[in-house]
Amino acid sequence: MNGQFVGTPDYIASTALRSAVDVAVAIERPLLIKGEPGTGKTLLAEAVAASMNAPLIRWQVRSTTRAVEGLYHYDTVRRLHDSRFGDSEVTDIASYIDLGPLGRAFEARERHVVLIDEVDKADLEFPNDLLHELDVMSFTIPETGRVVAAKLRPVVIITSNNEKELPDAFLRRCVFHWIDFPDRELMSSIVQVHHPDIERELLAGAIEAFYRLRATAGLRKPPSTSELVDWISALRHSGIPAEQLLGAKLPFLGTLLKKEQDLAAVEGEGRRRG
Amino acid sequence: MSTGGDGRVFLSLLYELRAAGVPVSTQGWLAFLEALGKGAHGASLDGLYHVARCVLVQSETQYDVFDQVFGYVFKDVPYDRQVLLNDLDEWLQEPQRLMSLDPSLRAMLEELGIDELRRQFEERIAEQKERHDGGSKWIGTGGTSPFGTGGAHPSGLRVGGGGGRSALAVADARRYRAFRKDRVLDTRQMAAALRRLRRLTRKGQEEELDLDSTVRETARNCGDLEIVMRPPRKNDVRLVLLLDVGGSMDPHAQLVSRLFSAAHRGGGFREFRSYYFHNCVYGKVYEDAQFERPVPVQDLFRELDQNWYLVMVGDAWMHPGELTMTSGSFWTQARGPSGLGWLAKLADRFPHSGWLNPEPDRFWDAPSIHAIRALFRMFPLSLSGLDELVRELPKAPRPERRHLVQEVLREA
Repeated sequence: MNGQFVGTPDYIASTALRSAVDVAVAIERPLLIKGEPGTGKTLLAEAVAASMNAPLIRWQVRSTTRAVEGLYHYDTVRRLHDSRFGDSEVTDIASYIDLGPLGRAFEARERHVVLIDEVDKADLEFPNDLLHELDVMSFTIPETGRVVAAKLRPVVIITSNNEKELPDAFLRRCVFHWIDFPDRELMSSIVQVHHPDIERELLAGAIEAFYRLRATAGLRKPPSTSELVDWISALRHSGIPAEQLLGAKLPFLGTLLKKEQDLAAVEGEGRRRG
Repeated sequence: MSTGGDGRVFLSLLYELRAAGVPVSTQGWLAFLEALGKGAHGASLDGLYHVARCVLVQSETQYDVFDQVFGYVFKDVPYDRQVLLNDLDEWLQEPQRLMSLDPSLRAMLEELGIDELRRQFEERIAEQKERHDGGSKWIGTGGTSPFGTGGAHPSGLRVGGGGGRSALAVADARRYRAFRKDRVLDTRQMAAALRRLRRLTRKGQEEELDLDSTVRETARNCGDLEIVMRPPRKNDVRLVLLLDVGGSMDPHAQLVSRLFSAAHRGGGFREFRSYYFHNCVYGKVYEDAQFERPVPVQDLFRELDQNWYLVMVGDAWMHPGELTMTSGSFWTQARGPSGLGWLAKLADRFPHSGWLNPEPDRFWDAPSIHAIRALFRMFPLSLSGLDELVRELPKAPRPERRHLVQEVLREA
């Protein structure tokens, strides 16, 4: 098959993830990505777009988002306003129709990557309402009778934070991948993308301390990749030597742990251990 | 192909997955074939594993089952290579006529070479007498031999243990055991499960512009603007949680506190209340786990109507006497309904009720648990139990259960 996804210089993908992207592209189905917060679900879409050299359209889903907004938006308020106060031609409904993220990707002449970000934020019915459009990659705008059909099927990447279960019918149509929390090896490569010139000892020490911290029982919000990257920035900025990461008391703990209870728990444990 | 040329290996992956509870649909299976047909597996068993997993499995909670099934199906392949190859060819041609994929499949199966691996493996098992680490031939840990754990041979067979990355190794490592739904997970997941209890309704102050109705009414009004307002959608579920604390519940304290914080912060309920009791409810529940601020159950009945959802959390382990003695409490002299009677009152007042039990359900035949299960629908305090509770709560209890509750009430 052509054009396999291998990640980008800025984005390190595991074999399983690369394979899932390839499968989704090959069989033209949406790719559903789930995983812990901070495992780079959203960044994946950017990386796929970059590696395919395709433009990315991002659709950020909110609790109030409705499926039809991804297809098109009929600006009734503007039309109403124009009809009463404006001087433009209001009989032409088409000029009040704006295509949504999916609609724009369907209409485009080149292949796009569409990111439907945090699909689980929306109402339970939201994914079901998109089923048909994602299957056939076309829809009709009832107000004008216009049919918007994909010239080139876009690559659709959907992310979910697992806040809600997604409907089975929707899941059946997706290629699914759960992003594992990176292991130490993969994590070193990821950190090196952000800190290309990091000293070996500091990297090893920081990663060791990071995984030790994550293993602390009962953390409400275990630190994720982005927190590790920030923490290393802080360490390097203040020139903290790697040896200082071996002890029980870690510098800049607040960068890693965002919940007060977690901080208290870890600091308490540190004191007990001396 | 007569010697089992029915693609049994690949079909058995499908059927074993279904038998193990992974709901692979025909649609999913065809997608799997399509992906293979397009060569997405990159002609390797590793590739096959990844392709199968991302197409056939739709939830990380099933990764563990998938790994077990995959390992099982592909380790016990009894055919020699040629038969396996023919099997797959023949079988794939039938449903989809994917003739074009022969070369890549051939390559895949060559790499797979299960039988050759098995033969070597058995030979070496026979030769090997002692434990062995490292090296390139013996079965042990590390090293580059295709056998053993933690190795790096591309199509290695794996024999128990942890680590390693090739397909069968990954399949066997059971790294996804923690995601299984029958295990208890963290607060976040509990909150996600509880959130599904919500029932959105529009009630209260009209604060939100109802655009569609505004447009409709304006049109009806010959174009003169007619604004229509409506109340925003809110979760209408009210939940009361009664938690058993102390004594036999101590080992489950952390779990229960996670459930509490999930319901408290994550549920997004219209109203949420929680009370504590010890062992069984008699007349009073408590606002605090130290049992210092009592609340008569009658007050609950007065303040909370039958639309409230009641969730009891407890191990339901108690001395049968505690349930049946007709004193206000096992410990005081005042006469009153038995513990079971109080529970029946609760079940009667709150038809939408359920009992979460942290004890494994194999203990649920104990007399006290049995008696309580007659009154409350009981679910294990695990993610899948919580899921089930969330599905069941909105439904009214079955007439038999209502009848039983009434019977206990009459006796009490």
